[in-house]
Amino acid sequence: MKLNELTIHELQNKLTQGETTSVEITEAVFDRIDRVEDKLNSFITLLKDSALERAGQADKTIKEGRGGPLTGIPVALKDLLCTKGVLTTCGSHILENFIPPYDATVVKKLQDAGAVFVGKTNMDEFAMGSSTETSYYGITRNPWDLSKIPGGSSGGSATAVAADQCIASLGSDTGGSIRQPASLCGVVGLKPTYGRVSRFGLVAFASSLDQIGPFTKDVEDAAIMMNAIAGYDPSDSTSVPAEVPDYTQCISRGVDGWTIGIPKEYFIEGIDPEVLVAVEKAIKVMEGLGATCVEISLPHTEYCVAIYYVIAPSEASSNLARYDGVRYGFRSTDNRELIDMYKMSRSAGFGDEVKRRIMIGTYSLSSGYYDAYYKKASQVRALLRNDFDEAFKTCDVIMTPVTPTPAFNIGEKMDDPLQMYLCDIFTISCNLAGVPGMSVPCGYAQSGLPLGVQFLAGHFEEGKLLQAASAYEQHSKIERRRPEL
Amino acid sequence: MKITKEEVEHVAHLARLNFREEEKEKFTSQLNDILMYMEILNKAETAGVEPMTHAITLHNAFREDRVKESFGSDTALRNAPDKLGDCFRVPKVIE
Repeated sequence: MKLNELTIHELQNKLTQGETTSVEITEAVFDRIDRVEDKLNSFITLLKDSALERAGQADKTIKEGRGGPLTGIPVALKDLLCTKGVLTTCGSHILENFIPPYDATVVKKLQDAGAVFVGKTNMDEFAMGSSTETSYYGITRNPWDLSKIPGGSSGGSATAVAADQCIASLGSDTGGSIRQPASLCGVVGLKPTYGRVSRFGLVAFASSLDQIGPFTKDVEDAAIMMNAIAGYDPSDSTSVPAEVPDYTQCISRGVDGWTIGIPKEYFIEGIDPEVLVAVEKAIKVMEGLGATCVEISLPHTEYCVAIYYVIAPSEASSNLARYDGVRYGFRSTDNRELIDMYKMSRSAGFGDEVKRRIMIGTYSLSSGYYDAYYKKASQVRALLRNDFDEAFKTCDVIMTPVTPTPAFNIGEKMDDPLQMYLCDIFTISCNLAGVPGMSVPCGYAQSGLPLGVQFLAGHFEEGKLLQAASAYEQHSKIERRRPEL
Repeated sequence: MKITKEEVEHVAHLARLNFREEEKEKFTSQLNDILMYMEILNKAETAGVEPMTHAITLHNAFREDRVKESFGSDTALRNAPDKLGDCFRVPKVIE
């Protein structure tokens, strides 16, 4: 196998044994990028020179015996994570020249851990989308079938890992934007508990829902990444001062005696039969490992899409008010006066989906409609969150499908925003309740497209997620394929 | 609840966005579909339910009022589309 095809833990072994160097790994990664990036468009910005320089420094660190689990490992970053001195566009025209003067906390943490940054990955504009089709910088294609979407909004971060253009990556998840593309691209994706990972330097979409999380090739790597990025940050007032356990200790502990909840509301009509079969097989694997799988109910599930599409756009309308052409980003020319400049800059700078969501959000929050929409949605959200609290009193984890279908065709849902929104139906509740969730590969459709299964756990129970997911991964006997590019 | 084109224009002004006529038509129609879908929320019984405003329960996330490192105006102005001295320059504010 080529160096860029290995996992973090496999490469760490080779690095500490002196069998390879970070420079060799980084060169293998960029070699792969040279060969397949034209087909995929995973990246908005590539950082080859600085990556090789950092790789050299990492090699020195490792030689001196001061290396850690991520020293010298090439990772990619979703382009809404602020990187000091490096273009950060959020997939938007309005930030096409924005160079942040600071690093996001997670970027700094990975840097301190010795990781090598490969580049900034493509995404739906301002993280609004489920297909990576709304980026100003072109679409990203699914490496398993170039006519299909990779999912979104963290499409580039998912494809970069799936196509071995990096060893691991970071994305963000507001309504499923890590878990859904992970599932559609055949990689592992984890969304932590709200408040587990600092959002400082994450360009905000919906502040009560956003979380940063890893894409990796296996569950053990996800645990390694979580160890590096989780933790309290005084710069993020929503960051929780809860201790970070060593998540790698949760791998290979098994699920004997566990109770796994199977929510009946997630097994509905409209799910592709191949997805259903794959998820049911996964449930059987867990039973075979000594877990008891019981049917549970999350009764407010039917409201989740409606709740989300009031709350997320409302929060977004507030968060995106800062893009006005004053201090940074695109500013239109020939403005008569200030409000004119705001309107022209924003209208030219934002894409359609972003405008649509700003409009929905502004409407929902406006005088006369606030009670009917935003307040109502927040109340139903409380009921939904309660459903999860109740469920986790008796269940260790919950298992569900991730998406109703495998990856769909590029362009298929662009004319019907509501259809696009319904793709998020299984991932959204997790963000609304603030609980952690993970997508793990669970097989392939007849077409060869990957399928994923979702694990959900209670607040701050990422350990249980990783334990369940690793038990499944180790015993599922899912053939490990690579996309043919 | 059907949103009218006039309401769309009002919301667009609040959001500081311009739309061409055809865009207004398309947006009005799409927004209507989405808002109609939201009606499902009326089915839920929410009398006496506290709206959920935070995903986690945190109280008073304060810090000590101590001066720390911050950006100088050089750094703050680096991405400015237009600047004059220490300031961001914009078109006139007052008619």
